[in-house]
Amino acid sequence: MRMNAMLALPASFYRLMGRGGFFGWLGLALLLAIVCVAVFAPLLSPYDPLEQSIVMRLMPPSAEHLFGTDSFGRDVLSRVIYGSRVSLLVGFVSILIAMTVGTIIGVVSGYIGGRLDQLVMAIADVMLSFPSLLLGLLVAAVLGASLENLIIAIAITEIAPFIRLARAPTLALKEREFIEAGRALGFGHVRLMGVHILPNLIADVLVMGSLWMATAIRTEASLSFIGLGVRPPTPTWGGMIREGFENILDAWWLAVFPSIAVLLTVLALNLLGDALRDATDPKYRKR
Amino acid sequence: MQYAVKRILLGIPTLLAMFTAIFLLVRVVPGDAAAVILGDQASAASLEALRIKLGLNLPLWRQYTDFLFGVLRGDLGVSLVTGRSIMDEALRVLPSTLGLAAASMVLGLGIGLPMGVMAAVYRNAWPDYVGRIVSLVGLSLPAFVAGILLLLVFAIQLQWFPVIPLGGGWSDSLNSLVLPACTLGFIMSSYVARVTRSSMLNVLREDYIRTARAKGVRPWRFVVRHALANALLPIITVVGLYFGTLIGNAVLTEIVFNRPGLGRLILSALNTRDYSLLQGLMIVFAAFVVLANVVTDILYGVADPRVRVGR
Repeated sequence: MRMNAMLALPASFYRLMGRGGFFGWLGLALLLAIVCVAVFAPLLSPYDPLEQSIVMRLMPPSAEHLFGTDSFGRDVLSRVIYGSRVSLLVGFVSILIAMTVGTIIGVVSGYIGGRLDQLVMAIADVMLSFPSLLLGLLVAAVLGASLENLIIAIAITEIAPFIRLARAPTLALKEREFIEAGRALGFGHVRLMGVHILPNLIADVLVMGSLWMATAIRTEASLSFIGLGVRPPTPTWGGMIREGFENILDAWWLAVFPSIAVLLTVLALNLLGDALRDATDPKYRKR
Repeated sequence: MQYAVKRILLGIPTLLAMFTAIFLLVRVVPGDAAAVILGDQASAASLEALRIKLGLNLPLWRQYTDFLFGVLRGDLGVSLVTGRSIMDEALRVLPSTLGLAAASMVLGLGIGLPMGVMAAVYRNAWPDYVGRIVSLVGLSLPAFVAGILLLLVFAIQLQWFPVIPLGGGWSDSLNSLVLPACTLGFIMSSYVARVTRSSMLNVLREDYIRTARAKGVRPWRFVVRHALANALLPIITVVGLYFGTLIGNAVLTEIVFNRPGLGRLILSALNTRDYSLLQGLMIVFAAFVVLANVVTDILYGVADPRVRVGR
């Protein structure tokens, strides 16, 4: 049953996208293009993103360097292309962690209920009311700046929404006949939760995941901008904007191109997530 | 009145939980906090002295109770670097951050509400499409990106505003408020427009709207008096919840526009590894977020009498 539900996901995805309309497809196309850029970065970038050149410092955009060069003479276009890797990696992995941990906690909490459930929800509420940027900032500052810590910090800020999202349908599902039937057949709790409850809410969780990945990438860029991101010289969009900001009076191109890259990526995820949510939410479907 | 008191009391456990979470998070510093602060070359004696000064030699529960009672008395401890009272530092820059937040809120509501109302009234026509695209861009822009783009266009290219805020007079401080407030206001108006649109669409389908229309109430009068008044609840909720994000975004915006405020203080705390300053500022933020939630709940009751009676 679990396999069936998993295999049915691509099919239902297409059905959803059919209802998502033009903007949904636009978001999907944009996102796929950005993923391709990240995967094929070595083929697409005209220069080595780390190669420095003292003679070519702070050159404005030209035919040779389409996006100009930075204060170390590195090619900005190549760095923007490679920067997509960190943003997508951090966004994807942190959401995967938040989604997995949050959904497990939500399902278990809703399934067991009682005091434990109340406690979990109280903690989730406190986490929800703390601004995610500040929570991420505090965690990243305490752990120290590195790729792993950035992922952990962002994952922590986004667990709570998934707990709530997974818990609510679990409360309703556990009262249904098929769960009772499973219990009568002597299935264990883990099997009931994993095989019978989880597949029923996984679609909603994945839709939410694409919306929250937009937030995760925004948070990653913001933390990198503050200086809590992946250490230089690795190119990251937030870090590049920070460098561009330091040279903003004489080199506008340094900040502008990575800014556009962040905007397009987050926009693509928002467009896709919105379309998927509108298509799954019965409240919107009626309209 | 009773309702308001109940809401305020409900905020207290949330606040305590947040304080506890911040306390624990800051204590997770890998290794010895004193060694992190003083660096590798510190002597054993100075490390020990700092540990005693920070109270790190006490058991964790003593540190916690000391911290909690300190916070309740309004004492957030002293900065590890400057040795000044954190409460004083925070109070000194707070007006600047709150002024920015208030100005952005005015802008966000002033732009977002009409945009959302227009989008709902002219649904699936051009005002709707323009509004939706603009608000989607606003939702996708990180605050610092929006800030840098505005800074580039209006302060550096067009030179309408100073790049670095000038000191002194009223007109100068107002001048340096415009761009940061527009940055935050634009992002906030996107959220407001979005909720206003969907909330208005729900209300416009109701029977009493059809009645008002049939009765011949003038079009804009019924939109504002009949529809908007009833669509207000979800809008209040979102604005209240958004306050936390607004303060978070204000931190980034202050850094971009080089404004004194909590954001700059946080940045310097990060750069100097001043963990007690960081902890103190987070406490201040948490207090504001909880306060905003309580105010939202109370406004909720004001806007809809049903909320006060039920539950």
